[in-house]
Amino acid sequence: MAVPVKVMHGLLAENDRIARHNREHFDRHGVVAINLMSSPGAGKTALLEASIEALRGELDVAVIVGDLETDNDARRIRARGVPALQITTGAACHLDAAMIHDALHHTPLEGLDILFIENVGNLVCPASFDLGQHRNAVLLSVTEGDDKPAKYPVMFRAADAMLVTKTDLLPCMEDFSEQRASAALRQLGNAAPVLPLSARRGGGMDAWLDWLRAAKRERRA
Amino acid sequence: MHELAIGRALLDQVVVVAAQRRARAVTGITLQIGPLSGIEPALLRAAYEQLRIDTVAEHARLVITSMPVRIRCDACGTESNAAANRLVCARCGSAHTILLGGDEMLIESVDLIFG
Ligand SMILES: Nc1nc2c(ncn2[C@@H]2O[C@H](COP(=O)(O)OP(=O)(O)OP(=O)(O)O)[C@@H](O)[C@H]2O)c(=O)[nH]1
Ligand SMILES: [Zn+2]
Ligand SMILES: [Zn+2]
Ligand SMILES: [Zn+2]
Repeated sequence: MAVPVKVMHGLLAENDRIARHNREHFDRHGVVAINLMSSPGAGKTALLEASIEALRGELDVAVIVGDLETDNDARRIRARGVPALQITTGAACHLDAAMIHDALHHTPLEGLDILFIENVGNLVCPASFDLGQHRNAVLLSVTEGDDKPAKYPVMFRAADAMLVTKTDLLPCMEDFSEQRASAALRQLGNAAPVLPLSARRGGGMDAWLDWLRAAKRERRA
Repeated sequence: MHELAIGRALLDQVVVVAAQRRARAVTGITLQIGPLSGIEPALLRAAYEQLRIDTVAEHARLVITSMPVRIRCDACGTESNAAANRLVCARCGSAHTILLGGDEMLIESVDLIFG
């Protein structure tokens, strides 16, 4: 005779425990950790490159990059003189808290202001895993369509900011409406700011940089 | 396919629960999964079929209870069911809502055999 036993544990309880531990690491060093998530190629690395240049001399940053195979992204970041650690996930489609914890052993947090985590390009899997980050920035490039928040509600509901990227391409994208993208985000009950920007042609970067500065200030307080 | 990682986390926990209670086998596992958890039940089930082999839960039946998305409106207080991508108040249309349920990814219970 089988005996039913109540459990009521989160399926990802172990991941969440390590994520809390990661967050303690960050907090102890006064570092704000920003998790960048998007579809493949939405412009995460380009945004990091532009942000590194804009923040040079003001805030010290480091990057942890998750990628399926190559270390191209980490090399692009290092070329800017910023520490970048590559997590090669192989077949995995997301980063988890244990991978970040391992990476932290190779990423000195002393003196750091912002740790960017560039998640694997994927609008599904990364949304389920807490890494210990303080903020989620979800990128939506204008070439992807403005209905992405409705199609990937789990990801966009978790966004603390929705970055509409590659806005320099808007003149060629007659059917992308930033208003419709915002409306789709609001339909998820998410009041997060919508920040249109182009990492290539400059426009809109200031609002994003201010959002980062504010996130950093709130952590220090 | 993060369901493989989630399936592994599931079995790790079930194995621990069974060992703590000194159970001989697990015959059933019941989960609560909401659409806003990001877990696709069919994919999790497929992963589970592979992963349970050679564990104490080898013959356990996996029961997945789908949880409804429930919201409460900040503006008018109405509680209602909602679609995963339309979390607005059913009464007044406000998008200022609180999620009451629908993002569950829980192990609700396990059925254990002793002796
Ligand atoms: N026109 C334009 N192109 C951009 C912009 N940002 C990125 N791109 C281009 O988009 C492509 C992908 O950019 P990445 O920065 O590598 O995208 P990613 O999100 O890091 O990609 P993965 O890491 O592979 O998911 C590259 O060809 C970039 O040059 C932008 O603001 N404007
Ligand atoms: Zn990249
Ligand atoms: Zn996946
Ligand atoms: Zn209402």
